[in-house]
Amino acid sequence: MASIHFKRKASENLGNEKLQSALMRLQERFVDARTAAITDLDDFEATRDAAQKIRDRVLNNLDGWLLYFEREAISRGAVVHWAETAEDVNRIVIDIARQHGVKKVAKSKSMVSEECGLNDALEGAGIQVLETDLGEYILQLAHEPPSHIVAPVVHKTKEEISDLFAEKHQKPRKTGIAELCLEAREELRPGFLAADMGISGANFLIAESGSALIVTNEGNGRLVTTLPRVHVAITGIEKVVPTLEDVSTLIRLLPRSATGQSITNYVSVLTGPKGTEDQDGPEHFHIVLLDNGRSSLLGSEMQSMLRCIRCGACMNHCPVYQNIGGHAYGWVYPGPMGSILTPTFVGLENAMDLPNASTLCGACGVVCPVKIPLPDLLRKLREKQVEQKLRPKREMLALRAWSWMAGHPVFYAFATRIAARLMHWMGGREGRLHYLPGAAGWTDGRDMSVPEGSTFRDLYRRRKS
Amino acid sequence: MRVGLFVTCLVDLMRPRIGFAVLQLLESSGYEVVVPESQTCCGQPGYNSGDTSAIKTLAMKFMREFEGCDYIVVPSGSCAGMIKVHYPECLKADPQLAEKMQAISERTFELTDFLLNVAKLKVLPGDFKGTITYHDSCSGLRELGVQRQPRELLAKMPDIQLIEMQESTTCCGFGGTFSVKYGEISTRMADNKCRHAEETGADAIVAGDLGCLLNIEGRLRRRGNLHTKVFHIAEILAGEDKK
Repeated sequence: MASIHFKRKASENLGNEKLQSALMRLQERFVDARTAAITDLDDFEATRDAAQKIRDRVLNNLDGWLLYFEREAISRGAVVHWAETAEDVNRIVIDIARQHGVKKVAKSKSMVSEECGLNDALEGAGIQVLETDLGEYILQLAHEPPSHIVAPVVHKTKEEISDLFAEKHQKPRKTGIAELCLEAREELRPGFLAADMGISGANFLIAESGSALIVTNEGNGRLVTTLPRVHVAITGIEKVVPTLEDVSTLIRLLPRSATGQSITNYVSVLTGPKGTEDQDGPEHFHIVLLDNGRSSLLGSEMQSMLRCIRCGACMNHCPVYQNIGGHAYGWVYPGPMGSILTPTFVGLENAMDLPNASTLCGACGVVCPVKIPLPDLLRKLREKQVEQKLRPKREMLALRAWSWMAGHPVFYAFATRIAARLMHWMGGREGRLHYLPGAAGWTDGRDMSVPEGSTFRDLYRRRKS
Repeated sequence: MRVGLFVTCLVDLMRPRIGFAVLQLLESSGYEVVVPESQTCCGQPGYNSGDTSAIKTLAMKFMREFEGCDYIVVPSGSCAGMIKVHYPECLKADPQLAEKMQAISERTFELTDFLLNVAKLKVLPGDFKGTITYHDSCSGLRELGVQRQPRELLAKMPDIQLIEMQESTTCCGFGGTFSVKYGEISTRMADNKCRHAEETGADAIVAGDLGCLLNIEGRLRRRGNLHTKVFHIAEILAGEDKK
């Protein structure tokens, strides 16, 4: 599991100038844009409250809403599949492909399919896969995973993409964004037309109509879900929402939080396969619902994480993510939400760094449109690591010793008096420490200004007497 | 009115003069200030690192120490956030204790919030002259809503010009044990903070949390900047900045 290399990857990414210059755009593209976009809403906070209630209403009775969704989807001609694990998703999708004699697949962006490693599984089964979201297409050419859940290619500069296209498309190198987009479109168009099957994610599932809803900006989602004769929508079980009206509330928040848009270019509500009267649409519509650890959060203190609508605002605003990018997190979901989902899905022991790699500054929780208390959940995961004795012994010993001292004022006063004097003496005439035993991680990059020499309690006692 | 002063462990150990600046501000406001001698640390390092074993003991210790006070003042948004937000949460398994803690936490204030909204200070003893830039510490800002308070207090000081830095509300990278565990990432975050502060050309960087200040000062000095001063807001407001 790549999450275990967090520190090393973070370090590499801090030194990667191209990446750093790419990450600089996050602020402008997403943070500032979101700030402007939420002012359009009459009452952003009230909309957040409403969204939280909608999501909680579903999660408090998830099985009921899923069964309702399934019933309605089936009644409109869709086939609903239940997948407990990532492997189940891959098996189900390959079975569907074989059943329909599928040779080529066109995909719209789906983080769940990334979670399952679906592309590799399909390729392994001899089925050709084409990513059609521009960002995902670039990554497919570069053989890289996404580094962001909304802007998968945010880590790449325009120049890198120009080089990549020139190499892979064997065409003269283009530098303008419009030219690059046009070239990608030309390359993708035959893929849409040749695909036997389209695969998409689903931003929401609407229980009352059995529909899958996707939001996209490029129009590729509509082509993937309507042009091929088979459409498979894959999503997590938590994405169900009771009504279309509920979705309209969430849609007011999703693009604003994600990209700072009031609405995306396309919002597609996909309900059943093509009817006899319809001109467009797939002949077969399958919906695959993945659990993969999600149901284990139900009823737990981590349940609120399932409210997540995958907008990416938490990572855009996380100062850690802003500096190291998404790949350092080592799996599909980066940033604060990923630091909670990854340990949940792959095991706490396989993602030791992730819950700790946050200053708990709280920015993620403030911007989350469905009010997930992300810092609290990160802290709870740290508690679980301690409970399960997964943290290093030295760290635990140091923290326990400090807490014990804090509970014993006489020892505390004595130890701090010694520490204040010792560190003051160590600082010498310069008054700064360039190295502090036990805190080398800190003094590697900083000089510690030394204590004044006496503790406040000692000076205060002297002043009083 | 009795005001309890929770000094915080960092001020006690590293910068006692901040504690005396707070004392001066409270006493000059006409309050009787008590400083319980048995006070130590709020327990946040362990709590935020997932070791919650001692937190109940420390919360109850705090209750005992400060229950006779009309107000409790903390010169740190981070420690005040721990007491006001997290202590009641940690004691919620025992409704009686939680209720008692809630009552105490409601009387607990971050320093600038107290000075502006409770003490309603009009005149401040400090006489700092020059330009400053203010860093909004994370817990104070997001857990307690402290943003306007320090600025309004600074605005009462005639010789101070506040120049806002870019991203004043972005974390400086301290995060308690984060800055030790992930020193390299934390250093980069501190670098960004230093750069933004330096771009203002201000004479001093001011904040309400000593943790952030040590982190920012530490990075400034390692970067070779020996001239930008770094102060806790209590030092500026009380005039302890010259020591």
